[in-house]
Amino acid sequence: MEKPFRRRDLLGIRNLSAVEIKGILDTAENFREINAREIKKVPTLRGKTVINLFFENSTRTRTSFELAAKRLSADAVNISVSSSSVSKGETLVDTALNLDAMDPDCIVVRHGSAGVPHQLAKVSRAAIVNAGDGANEHPTQALLDAMTIREHKKKIKGLEVAIVGDILHSRVARSNIHLLTKLGAKVRVAGPGTLVPNDFGSLVESGLTVCAHTEEAIEDADVVMILRIQRERQDSAYFPTLREYAIHYGLTNERLELARKDAIVLHPGPMNRGIEIASEVADSSRSLILDQVKYGVAVRMAVLYLATGGGVSSE
Amino acid sequence: MRLLIANGHLIDPAAPENTGMDVLIEDGRVAEWRKSGEAVPEGCEVLDAAGLLVAPGFIDLHVHLREPGQEHKETIASGCAAAVAGGWTSVCPMPNTNPVNDNAAITRYMIEQAEHAGLANIFPIGAITKSSDGAELAEMGEMKAAGAVAVSDDGRPVPNAGIMRRAMQYAKDFDLPVIDHCEDKSLSSGGVMNEGKMSLLLGLKGMPALAEDIDAVRDILLAADTGAHIHIAHVSTKGAIEAVRRAKNEGINVTCEVTPHHFTLTDRSVEGYDTNYKMAPPLRSEVDVEAVIEGIKDGTIDAIATDHAPHHHDEKALEFDRAPFGITGLETAVGLAFNELVHKGVISLERLVELCSANPARIFKLKDRGTLAPGSIADVTLIDPDAKWTYLNSESRSKSRNCPFDGWEFTGRAVMTLVGGRLVYRSEA
Repeated sequence: MEKPFRRRDLLGIRNLSAVEIKGILDTAENFREINAREIKKVPTLRGKTVINLFFENSTRTRTSFELAAKRLSADAVNISVSSSSVSKGETLVDTALNLDAMDPDCIVVRHGSAGVPHQLAKVSRAAIVNAGDGANEHPTQALLDAMTIREHKKKIKGLEVAIVGDILHSRVARSNIHLLTKLGAKVRVAGPGTLVPNDFGSLVESGLTVCAHTEEAIEDADVVMILRIQRERQDSAYFPTLREYAIHYGLTNERLELARKDAIVLHPGPMNRGIEIASEVADSSRSLILDQVKYGVAVRMAVLYLATGGGVSSE
Repeated sequence: MRLLIANGHLIDPAAPENTGMDVLIEDGRVAEWRKSGEAVPEGCEVLDAAGLLVAPGFIDLHVHLREPGQEHKETIASGCAAAVAGGWTSVCPMPNTNPVNDNAAITRYMIEQAEHAGLANIFPIGAITKSSDGAELAEMGEMKAAGAVAVSDDGRPVPNAGIMRRAMQYAKDFDLPVIDHCEDKSLSSGGVMNEGKMSLLLGLKGMPALAEDIDAVRDILLAADTGAHIHIAHVSTKGAIEAVRRAKNEGINVTCEVTPHHFTLTDRSVEGYDTNYKMAPPLRSEVDVEAVIEGIKDGTIDAIATDHAPHHHDEKALEFDRAPFGITGLETAVGLAFNELVHKGVISLERLVELCSANPARIFKLKDRGTLAPGSIADVTLIDPDAKWTYLNSESRSKSRNCPFDGWEFTGRAVMTLVGGRLVYRSEA
C-alpha cells in the first residue's frame, strides 16, 4: 500500500499523489481539535525551529504559519524581505545558505518569482515549505480549501468546482486544479480571455474544462471559487476597468443563482469587495471565507509536522 | 614552415571532396592535396591524422565574448580558448559589449585582443544602430573597413520597421549581411521561457513563438523590398523556419542559423527552474524542435552557431525571473551535433561540415575560409567521430560555467584545431 505524505519538502501539489494529499488532510483533521482547546499548545515540535521567509507581503498566510508553528511548540522566526535579496547584493542562494547555516528544521518561503522554493530546496538542508511562489503554486491554500470543501460536502470526488478570475497569474488556481482533479473533482475555469489562456485545459490530463463564459462555469457548480483580482497588475491592462470586470465577471447573487442550491463560495482573500465578489455574496451563509482561514492553521500544523519529520517513524 | 596532415579523411564540401587525402600546409595556407601514403616531402613536419576527419576550420557566426566591459564573464582570450577547444577556428562576436561595438575603434580593439591571444580568429559583428538603441544608424562602412563582417543589434532587435528598412538599404551598399534576433518584444516582454503548456504549468511568464514568427516575417518582407541579405539568428520556431523556407523558394536573400540547444532540448527542461535553461530565444516545444531538425535536414537552415553567452555564476544563481538569458556553448556544440544529428542519421558528415564551416564562410563572405582547397587559409578542424568523452563545466576554458550540458556524454569530438597552419589546440584524451 502507498505510504501517506511524509516528504521532506512541500513544494507544490502537482507532484503529490492522491494518497499523499489525503494523508495531509487527515493529519490536519487531527490537529483541528487543538485549535479549539482552551490551552492551544502541544509539545509535538518542541525544540524544532521554523523560519518564515517572506519575500512578499502577507498577513494571513504568515500569521497562519506562525500560529501553526507556535501551537506545536516549535520556535518560529519571521523574516520579511521587502524586495529580493538582490537589492542588497546577495544572491538567492546566499540567503538560503546563510539561514540554513543556523540549522533550522524548516524554512517556509513565499516569493514573487515562481520556482524559488524549488531552487532553495536544492541547496538547503532544512525542509522547504512553499507558502506561495509567483504564479506557480500555493499548496497550503489548496489544502485548506480542500479541507473546507470536505467539511461541508463530506467528499471531493465527483464535485463540480468553478474557479473564476485571473487564472493566468494565480498560484491558488494552479494548486487547486491539481489537488481537486487528483481527488476526482471536475474543475471548470472562467474569466477574461486575457487571463484564461485557451490551452489552459492541457494543464492536467483530465477533469479540467476552460469555459468561455463565467455563467457556464458556475452553472450547477457545487463549489464556486473566486480569485482575487490583483489590482497592482492593472497597469498591464488585462481588462479595461475594474467596473467592467465587476459587471461581467464578478460573483453577484444573480450569478450565484446558477449554481446548485447548496453551492458554497470560497475566496483565498484578501477580497476586493464589489469587484470579484459582491458584498452580499461574501457576507452570505454560503460564503465560507472565514472557515478557510480557520482551517488554514490546522493544515499548516499538519504540513510543518510532516515536513519536520513527524510521522516518519510511524508504522 | 611546412606541415603535412597525413592519413586523415578529408571532408571539404566546398571543393567538394570526401576521401582519404593528405593536406600540405605552407606558410599558413594550404599548398596542395596529396594522395595518402605518398612520400613525405623533405623538411616537412607531419601531423598524423589517422582515423580522423580533416575539415575546414569551423566558424561560429554567433558568440558573445563580453570584452570590452564584462571581463568577469569572459574575455576575448578566454572565449577564443574555449572556441578552439570546441573545434572553432573563427568566431563572430556580437556587438553587445560595453561600450557597444558601434564604431571602428572598438571593432579594431576586439580584433587586436584576439591577435594577442593568438588562438581563434575573430570577425566582429558591428551594431546596426548607435548603442543598439534602435534609433540612429551606426557607422557600418567604417566598421567594415576595420574588419566587421556583418551588423546586428542582436538581443535588442530594432523594433521600428522603418529604421530596420533603412538599415538594410544602407548595409546593402557595403555588402554587409544584416543579422536579426527575431523577437517582437511587444509580445514577449517580461517573458522568461517559451509560452505554452510548460510555462502555464510552471507559472512562469511565457514568450510566445509568435514573437519570433512575426519579426522573422517582417525582416523577410524588408529583405525582399530592399534586396539586402537578412540572416536570421538562432531560429527556433516552426513558424520562423517555414517563413525562411518560403522566402528561399521565392529567391529572397535570406539565410539562418540554429543553436545546438535548440535542436537538442525542449521547454520541458525548465522543470526544476535551473537558470542554465534560460536563454533567448527560449527552449521551445517538441513541435518546434521537430521543425528545427527538419530544417537542418532539408537545407532551410544554413548554419550551426552556438550563441555562446557566458554569465558569471553569481548572476545565474538568482530567481528564474531575474537571472540573465544565455548559456555557454562553444565546447559542447560539436558533441551535440554528433549525438543529436550525425549519430541519429539526421545529417551526413559532409552536411555537418557544411553547416559549421562552408556555409558560415559563404554567409559572411569570409575569403579563403570554409574550404581547404589549395590556396585557402589553413584553418583546420580535426575530428575523431568515435571519441567518447564527457563535458564537465569544471574543465571549461570559458570564464563562465553556465552550461546545462555539464556531465553529458558525447561520441565525436574536435581533437585538434589549427589556425593559420598553427596547432592551437590538442585534446588531452
